[in-house]
Amino acid sequence: MIQIKNLNVTYEAMGEGYAALENINMELGAGETCAIIGPSGCGKSTLLKVLAGIIREYEGIVEINGQPIMPMKQKIGFIPQNYGLLPWKNVYENIRLSAKIKNIKDRDNSKELDFFVQQLGLAGLEGRYPGELSGGQQQRVALARSFLLKPDLLLMDEPFSALDAMTREEIQNVFLDVWRKYSVSTILVTHYVEEALYLGQKIVILSGIPGTISKIIDNPLFGIENIRNHQDFFQLSLALRKMIKEDWLK
Amino acid sequence: MIEQRRGVWYLYGILIFFTLWYMAASLVNLPIIPMPWIVMENLLGIFVSKILIHGSYSLWRIVAGVILAVIIGVPAGLYMGYFPKWDRALSPIVYLTYPIPKIALLPIMMLLLGLGEVSKILMIFLIIIFQVIIAVRDGVKSIPKETYYPLYSLGATSGNIFWEILIPASMPKFLTSIRVAMATAISVLFFTETFGTEYGMGYFIMDAWMRVNYLEMYSGIVVLSCMGLVLFGVIDYLDRKICHWQYK
Repeated sequence: MIQIKNLNVTYEAMGEGYAALENINMELGAGETCAIIGPSGCGKSTLLKVLAGIIREYEGIVEINGQPIMPMKQKIGFIPQNYGLLPWKNVYENIRLSAKIKNIKDRDNSKELDFFVQQLGLAGLEGRYPGELSGGQQQRVALARSFLLKPDLLLMDEPFSALDAMTREEIQNVFLDVWRKYSVSTILVTHYVEEALYLGQKIVILSGIPGTISKIIDNPLFGIENIRNHQDFFQLSLALRKMIKEDWLK
Repeated sequence: MIEQRRGVWYLYGILIFFTLWYMAASLVNLPIIPMPWIVMENLLGIFVSKILIHGSYSLWRIVAGVILAVIIGVPAGLYMGYFPKWDRALSPIVYLTYPIPKIALLPIMMLLLGLGEVSKILMIFLIIIFQVIIAVRDGVKSIPKETYYPLYSLGATSGNIFWEILIPASMPKFLTSIRVAMATAISVLFFTETFGTEYGMGYFIMDAWMRVNYLEMYSGIVVLSCMGLVLFGVIDYLDRKICHWQYK
């Protein structure tokens, strides 16, 4: 379970303090997914960085399973916008990196590693370097790396935004497939309403500068087969869009 | 396949070098520029008796100087690149001392450290280290912040960060800095070897010159440039072995 209470984050620029996030309160049950949607500069990425343990100076309470964020103790998977693969490591080494840093021995997880390589369609690409992969393939590697760890919390910063529309849908499905098997608590940031609707059990709408939560929606359409082609999906996404527009214009 | 082709390109370079040399020699037609094959014949004749010992001395000084510069320069560059405090503290010192013509320090070095090996190796070390420090530092600074994030959130230690990110990321710039510094180092080596030693290619060439033995002098120059070729070849080889990811 992820808990955020009265979170305030300020950052300093040119000697002055600016509020990036103000009074953020939210909860995420174990194994749930949550999509955060908001305009550029509203602090979405800041929120993610706090959860990832990258930003350590904040006010309020941020806890994973009742413990404050501590990357050394918890297992947090973070996939940045550019997938965060190391260009000097091949696919196999990149996937293994998370386990290596957590000091998990190879023999303890080689079967799982093979499984994820198969599951994410990376078989035969193990020896390639990130520079030789397409965006979709890089994203698959990043997902494999994070899932291999079976993280307490998976964070994704606009994970599919650099992919073309077809690949994006495909990888979103790959993500959902793996997520269903392992039900990892996931928070993803996006600026696509459809993506939020498709991947988020909860949808958090952030707005304004500084970022505040304006709505948290329980998504009734999450997890329904082929929902993207349903009328309901279109209607809800239109409604959501309208809601967001009004909200951001305030 | 590619390896083979590279070998061919080296041969090609050597061929052009000898052709130009031959043309110059025929044009001038004086003992001061002997024909290449006469020099090569002379070189083969004195290789075991003279060149081997002088060459080994020079090679040892260069390699020792480079290794010393790497041992001190790489960690310094990594720290300066990663920790802004280190950079703020050390950069001014580097900038102040980098432009000093190191060769001007040779007399002081010789006075303080004697005429032996130490002052020569230290000279080469001083030439190379600044380029290594600055290249490694800038290599680290140019790593996008996002590269670190997944490792931070995994709870990576500084050791992990250095080993998995900083060292491999700065490796290409580091090798380039060694490449750039190597030519200067060989020239400076030549100069230092004209003082206080009876071994080394520098001594050998100057000695041959004094004795007006042009054949031996040219043999020495050929050996020195071959040493350069081999050293550059080694760096290129390391580049292909360690940094092959960047050519993908």
